[in-house]
Amino acid sequence: MLENTEETPLIGLLNKIKEIQTAGDRLVQICATKIGGNYELLYTFGRDYDIRHIKVTIEPGAHVPSITDMFPAAYLYENEIHDLFGIAIDGINHDYKGGLYRTPVEAPFK
Amino acid sequence: MSLANFTKTEFKNLFRKPATEKYPDGPATYKDTTRGHIENNMDTCVLCSVCQMRCPTGAITVDRKAQTWSIRPFSCIQCRRCVDNCPKKSLSMAKEYTKPDVVKSQMDFELSDRQKAVLAEQARQAAERVAAAMEERKKAAASAKQTKDGEAKKSEDNKTQ
Amino acid sequence: MAAKRSVIPFGPQHPVLPEPIHIDLVTEDEKVVEAIPSIGFVHRGLENLVTKKDFGEMVYVAERICGICSFGHGYGYVDAIEHIMNIEPTGRAKYIRTLLFELSRMHSHILWLGLMADAFGFESLFMETWKYREKVLDMLEAATGGRVIFSIMRIGGLRKDVPDDILSGFLPELDKIEEGIRACEKAFLSDPAVLGRLKGVGYLSKEDAVKLGCEGPFLRASGVARDNRMKGYAAYSDMDFDIITSDDGDSYGRCYVRIQEIYQSANIIRQCIEKMPKEGIYVPIKGFPNGEYMTIIEQPRGGACYYVHASGKKFIERMRVRTPTFANIPALAKTLQGCDVADVPILVVTIDPCISCTER
Repeated sequence: MLENTEETPLIGLLNKIKEIQTAGDRLVQICATKIGGNYELLYTFGRDYDIRHIKVTIEPGAHVPSITDMFPAAYLYENEIHDLFGIAIDGINHDYKGGLYRTPVEAPFK
Repeated sequence: MSLANFTKTEFKNLFRKPATEKYPDGPATYKDTTRGHIENNMDTCVLCSVCQMRCPTGAITVDRKAQTWSIRPFSCIQCRRCVDNCPKKSLSMAKEYTKPDVVKSQMDFELSDRQKAVLAEQARQAAERVAAAMEERKKAAASAKQTKDGEAKKSEDNKTQ
Repeated sequence: MAAKRSVIPFGPQHPVLPEPIHIDLVTEDEKVVEAIPSIGFVHRGLENLVTKKDFGEMVYVAERICGICSFGHGYGYVDAIEHIMNIEPTGRAKYIRTLLFELSRMHSHILWLGLMADAFGFESLFMETWKYREKVLDMLEAATGGRVIFSIMRIGGLRKDVPDDILSGFLPELDKIEEGIRACEKAFLSDPAVLGRLKGVGYLSKEDAVKLGCEGPFLRASGVARDNRMKGYAAYSDMDFDIITSDDGDSYGRCYVRIQEIYQSANIIRQCIEKMPKEGIYVPIKGFPNGEYMTIIEQPRGGACYYVHASGKKFIERMRVRTPTFANIPALAKTLQGCDVADVPILVVTIDPCISCTER
């Protein structure tokens, strides 16, 4: 099973990530999974070799705040999630507006 | 003399024989383990279609009616899964790579006449066995019915008595 | 008067790029002010195939995510599934996996050396390094049967054993390769013409490297000692090796780290052959995976994450691969700021970009 995982509601996400940023962790990855009708966002952070995950479950159509204010390198992950899953992410520092992946089908993993 | 760092190697290379093979002019060398292409021995194949089911890309088609085994070499990814799963060890991996082509061709192989005869013979024997088994079952059923009838008659007799 | 700004598109087709990446370079005269990377030319949707192929067949798909780090992708996926299903592979399987992993690291780094030589216009050095890469490929072919895609991974172990006589035949080959690379190393690390192209180009500080989430040799060249092999997956816990770092932080440092890692890999392979256990290579598996796991391994290009979410069915719900190049692109954009336009090709090559694994 996934170790060191915390589940957070969408409202508390930014506060949680702010805490992690203050602690000095680095962003490892962000990934989305479609479970049933909902989407699960998995934010992974690491310090040296220790890894921890933040899990957020969102409903289709929900708007997710971007974390690029705190982790500027997160823009590729967020654009990827937007392009593949069609999840709206607000306030990305480099928003490609659906142009990161040139797929013939819009949001193929939706 | 740091400027001449690589010059030495270059000079040596001038007098060495080439590191590459003159492939289209001469034969290519392969390792013993190289996975090149799939070959099927049509003398031992029994058209069980395990290879067709196991192939991750669906490159193999087995047609039992026409008694052919076909492969699309340009879909084959040389993973060796069919060879490992072949129950008759009829499939094998040959060392040479697939020949280039201008179309994504399909190669059909028909069973050899000998193997066709063997399979026909096996099918005939199987059919015979099935027929024999059916016969047996019929007989058994008939005898069971007889005994049942007999019992029924007996019980009827008992009732009348 | 301020210099006029103009935008120069770089890629997706460019002589120095082996794979398509597009960068918009905002320039002032000959200096790059800002670089905006964009990818997405070769997206194939391999992650989504996991819902259409059964979990055993998916190993073949995972291996085909990339042609250079193919073994690592197969390993990462198989390792995640093995953790979910609580399978412990046998000792020999672990050692052979480690050995093949290191061989593919050697192959990848030597390939990179060649591309680097090509990028700064040293054609004969490019040919020379690839001569040794060919030897590594021959070893891989002798061990597995495939030169690029090995198809030897299997959930629970390996599909075929590598006999001991083939393994011991590797030792003289390794010596030959090491000798050859040492000859090339002189050209890379002390030739004044080459140094002029590498020294001080694309400096990335230690703080930036950590903040932007760099991985692999790119990170270690900035002086951060992080190598996921130290976590001791496969047989790495039995191996004796150190993390190679460089404090230069520039292209020269990245070149140095990769060359040293070739020797390090050769050493690990020798240790593997020496300590190779004798027992079997495969543990049978039962049932379907149920659960989620994330494996982080060290690919030739850096740490790669493999996330698998399975729900006890034949088909897995989600597989996600975070490749090192994906993590290195933001840092690449950072290093491109302030460099000369003529140095852009070299800088793009120094992160060892592998776009087909980045887009999957």
